[in-house]
Amino acid sequence: MPHTSHWIVPSLNLLASILLLISFAMLSRRRTQRLITLYAWQGLALFVSTCLVAYSSGQKELVYSAGLTLMLKVIALPWILHRLIQRLGAQWDSELLVNIPTTMLVGLGLVIFAFGLAQPISMMANTITRNTLGIALAVILLSFLMMITRRKAVTQVIGFLAMENGLFFAATSATYGMPMVIELGIALDLLVAVFILGIFFFQIREQFDSLDLHHLETLKED
Amino acid sequence: MLDPAAGPAVSHAAWVARDILLLQRHDLSWMLLLVLGWLFLGAIGLLRPHSLRFVARGLFPAGAVIGLGVALLGGVALLAGHAPQTMLLPLGLPDLPFHLRLDALSGFFLLLMGVAGAGISIFAAGYFRSGEGTAPGLLGLHYHIFLASMALVVLADDAYFFMVAWELMALSSYFLVVSQHRRPEIRQAGFLYLLMAHLGALCLLFSFGVLQGGNWQFSFDAMRSANHTPFWATMAFLLALLGFGAKAGLVPLHGWLPEAHPAAPSPVSAMMSGLMLKTAVYGMLRVTFDLLHVQFWQWGALVLVLGLASALFGAIFAGVKTDMKRLLAYSSIENIGLIFTGIGLAILFEACHLPLFAALALSAALLHALNHAFFKSLLFLATGNVLHATRRRSLGALGGLGRTMPWVAALALVGTLAIAGLPPLNGFVSEWLLLQSFLFTPQLPRPFINMLVPLGAAVLALTVALAAYVMVKFYGVIFLGQPREPALEDAHDANWLERMGLAWLALGCILIGVLPQIALRATGAVTRQLLGKTISFASPIWWIAPIAPKQASYSGLLLLAGTICVIGIAYVLVRVLAHGRIRRTVPWDCGYPWQTSRMQDTAEGFGQPIRHIFGPAFDMERELPLPSDNAPRYRIHVEDRLWRMVYLPIARAVQRVSDAIGVVQGGRLAIYLLFSFLTLLGLLAGVL
Repeated sequence: MPHTSHWIVPSLNLLASILLLISFAMLSRRRTQRLITLYAWQGLALFVSTCLVAYSSGQKELVYSAGLTLMLKVIALPWILHRLIQRLGAQWDSELLVNIPTTMLVGLGLVIFAFGLAQPISMMANTITRNTLGIALAVILLSFLMMITRRKAVTQVIGFLAMENGLFFAATSATYGMPMVIELGIALDLLVAVFILGIFFFQIREQFDSLDLHHLETLKED
Repeated sequence: MLDPAAGPAVSHAAWVARDILLLQRHDLSWMLLLVLGWLFLGAIGLLRPHSLRFVARGLFPAGAVIGLGVALLGGVALLAGHAPQTMLLPLGLPDLPFHLRLDALSGFFLLLMGVAGAGISIFAAGYFRSGEGTAPGLLGLHYHIFLASMALVVLADDAYFFMVAWELMALSSYFLVVSQHRRPEIRQAGFLYLLMAHLGALCLLFSFGVLQGGNWQFSFDAMRSANHTPFWATMAFLLALLGFGAKAGLVPLHGWLPEAHPAAPSPVSAMMSGLMLKTAVYGMLRVTFDLLHVQFWQWGALVLVLGLASALFGAIFAGVKTDMKRLLAYSSIENIGLIFTGIGLAILFEACHLPLFAALALSAALLHALNHAFFKSLLFLATGNVLHATRRRSLGALGGLGRTMPWVAALALVGTLAIAGLPPLNGFVSEWLLLQSFLFTPQLPRPFINMLVPLGAAVLALTVALAAYVMVKFYGVIFLGQPREPALEDAHDANWLERMGLAWLALGCILIGVLPQIALRATGAVTRQLLGKTISFASPIWWIAPIAPKQASYSGLLLLAGTICVIGIAYVLVRVLAHGRIRRTVPWDCGYPWQTSRMQDTAEGFGQPIRHIFGPAFDMERELPLPSDNAPRYRIHVEDRLWRMVYLPIARAVQRVSDAIGVVQGGRLAIYLLFSFLTLLGLLAGVL
């Protein structure tokens, strides 16, 4: 390992715990605007941690993907989402299906589950970041939980994006990232997904005068 | 002949191509070429799909010629007696090319399809007019694919190709059934047909899955040599019985048949009843005798009971139905029942090591299959003529058509007499042979079966008598008496192409009846292949004596000669010795001042005794007029009780299960997400 300094692993662990903390913060927030801000912060933490891994492992490709993360997840997507919710007038509170304390408790359980799951896998990995695999899994599961417990369409998209953050983090922590082609593809997919979902939001609001997803229940065939 | 193991697939394909191109003495190549010819005819119909003239006058007669060719080659394969021919096609799955095989069994069924198909095609050339609901080109496409797929079912020599051809047959016939798809009841009948066809196909798939016996070889050759434990052999047999029974319309899997046959245009009804049901008979014989080598007498007992039940069921329902095509559909169930009765007896004898009697029963079954292809097609085509001429299909609105449609009436009379089992026509021969084979059951080594089988013979006799009764009703109400509606007076007769088709089939009925030896020689080749025995003939060529002349023998030719003599003598006596002139006058009217068509016996009237005797079999709804009624109306509605007792409960159960599963689809996005979340967690926990 070319540049492994004694401060790198602790700071990576710190960043990982920040990621986890942000995920919990997302679970506990009601306001959509705050969620987008948190998503941007999560992206930033991801950017810094990817930079650190790139620095310590000497993998040049990881620098590119860190740059991509910065541009896409810290700047572009949060900006698009901000514009979107302002146009939609959806920046305020999002109703929850399950109250926040219960969600947090379930989230705790998921974190324990993720750590238990990651233990045998991280034994096999030989990266310096292998200890953070459990956190990456936890971020994925928590974001999924957020998608389930929210009723507004915009928050579900944010949950979806946060889940992708978790996957990205899992990839860097387990294997120093995916091949560049795949990462580029995923980035493009994300961008396109946000655009398409944005169009869907407008369509949904036009149909139901609201972005509340329980209106979609009436679409069921009987 | 080609050796399948000769070399790799590519060089093999070249062999096949050379074989087809050079047209060597290779019947199977010719046969394949003819089948491809049918497909080709169907395809070029699409060039001018809306030109009725091109499709009807050009393609259908060409299809009939190909049918004759198929029959010829089938007959050659049957009677030449050389070893089965096989062939590999460079099509199919990577390690399972399509296997083809032409042996006596497939040759017999190709003969049947070719001869009867030729008659139906010629008829269809004159029958289809514009306004059948589907463009003529499309109708021609489905029709010829249907013919070709039936031939391919019979030629297939591996399970995969068999299923492909089988499904092709089901689909093409489905499209033919719903050719008048704008009427909801026809769409409904078509759906029921498709559903039953797919259920049957599923059973067949499972049956072949069992038959491969753990070798994962799906060619029929591998299945022939596979070792099956008694349990799995019986499973394969039962699944095949379910699958082929659903296609043949055995009770209680007959539900689709009385709905689908009347819904289709008449030539299609004729093909489905006359030819398609026979593919199920073929499949049953192929699986039971050829692939499974008959192992247990219990199989035969089961088939025998199902066959007799179907025969009796079909006969009594044909007795009470008043829609002429529905009546014939129920009569098809009856005839299929008779054929399966013969097969059941053959299995029973074969399993008890009495191959000669098995050959007799099997000959009866095969001959009846052939006969049914002739007379049932003939009658369905005749109902097509009646339908076109009068636009009525209810017997209550017909009558007296014998005067306005003399050709159809005369030719339908031949079919009616044949199906009623009267000598010297063909129906009599096969039913007589079937009854003969029942009479040999005392030789069975199983005392229990020995006691039950005479009962079966009694049921058979009852069925045949009822069938004759039904046919009296069918013919009498349609063609005899006075017209029940004034519009019937200007019904038009069949055109010349239709007459040709009808006459061809009627000729077949007469020929087989008078010279059954020819047909029995054909069935003999099949029984020799499957059982190693044939029934014998007595020394003069015009006699048949299935076992021994002193027990029973029959000569259609002598009977015909005798009948003609008696009629001729009577005619001469009347014309010469009595007054000698034809008098047209009012028949004796019992002293009533006038007689109207409403005073004739109706179809419901004919059915009344049967309704009365077999009451428990029906779900009846009756509306009787009061004596004081000025415009009395009598209405009766008879339903199949099995429909309410078997089909509806199954349909309701399926509905309930689907409703229960439908609960999952609540429409809430969060719940859907939860499903995938829990799945993810479950999978991850599985990794742990």
